[in-house]
Amino acid sequence: MSDSTVTVTGAHAEHEHPPYQRHHFASMEQQVDTTSFAMWLFLLTEIMFFGGLFTAYLIFRNWYYPAFVEASHQLSIKEGTANTAVLIVSSFTMAMGVWCAETRRRGALVLCLCLTFILGLVFLGIKYDEYHEKYEKHHVPGLHYSLKSFTDPASDPEVHNAYPDDKPLMPDMARHTEIYFGLYFAMTGMHALHMIIGISILAFMIFRARAGAYTTGHVTFVNNFGLYWHFVDIIWIFLYPLLYLISRHA
Amino acid sequence: MSEQNDPHHGGTGHDHAPNEQDVHDSLNHIVSPVVYITVGTLLLILTATTAAVSFIDLGVFNAVVALFIACLKASIVVLFFMHVKYSSKLTKLTIFSGLFTFAVLIALTLSDYMTRAWGRW
Repeated sequence: MSDSTVTVTGAHAEHEHPPYQRHHFASMEQQVDTTSFAMWLFLLTEIMFFGGLFTAYLIFRNWYYPAFVEASHQLSIKEGTANTAVLIVSSFTMAMGVWCAETRRRGALVLCLCLTFILGLVFLGIKYDEYHEKYEKHHVPGLHYSLKSFTDPASDPEVHNAYPDDKPLMPDMARHTEIYFGLYFAMTGMHALHMIIGISILAFMIFRARAGAYTTGHVTFVNNFGLYWHFVDIIWIFLYPLLYLISRHA
Repeated sequence: MSEQNDPHHGGTGHDHAPNEQDVHDSLNHIVSPVVYITVGTLLLILTATTAAVSFIDLGVFNAVVALFIACLKASIVVLFFMHVKYSSKLTKLTIFSGLFTFAVLIALTLSDYMTRAWGRW
């Protein structure tokens, strides 16, 4: 027992380490490796979680193909593409934020975090506009769900003009469009929830960054948050083609 | 990267930026803004491409092209924005094994669903 105490004390006396190094890590390098490893393990569990939703979408799209095709024609490719661009730019500003923290630029870091925060809100704003349209057209699954756009495409002139080849669906196939919208809201909603959590953490980080918390050489928090933010971007990179693009010509 | 000839962090994949005030700053490889700008622009171009291709009727290849571009974009984000290109072998192996497990789960699930009730869906 006394031997080990001596070693630990000795190690502290002869080896300076920064205040943010936890005592159970032998070196700063080990601490950085461990935290980023843990963050990646968390992100992998998230991949499994979203992966279940993606698989469900894949299977149902195969089963109820005509319903999924016509339901996806209800989505606005303009808003989807705009949101993809917004998220990519926000990933870029976040990556620049990590660089600012690493090179100890406090003002630039606050600016990058603020831009990421604003772009996150822009994404949610566009998403809200899309959700609102679904709500008005009674395309939110539930008691008030309406099949009219699918059993009688001419009743929905905006979509009908964009996709004149869409045939009216039989009611038993048309009702499966509700599954499409169920998955649409589950996937984009879960993604939006991740965005909301990310934006909340960003707000907290902006205050901490202004106080200089991340520009002292300890960049772990900014780095790992960056990984989370980019991960949310990647989920959207797959949602965008699956929901908006692949059924346009089917 | 310069794993082999880095005296401070030999073999762990961490790189050393020359203009750093402090050794602890360089524990994470510092990726230059030029890389981020290039990668960001490339991602926006790929987004425009995939949106444009969706207006052309390619039959089944619409889905193939869209998902291929999505995989390309995701790989670029993982490698550069998420620094995996500059990360330790442990991180790379962790991500690869996670994605591999994910692929196994998808393959098993789909092989079950796709072989049930032949021709009835």
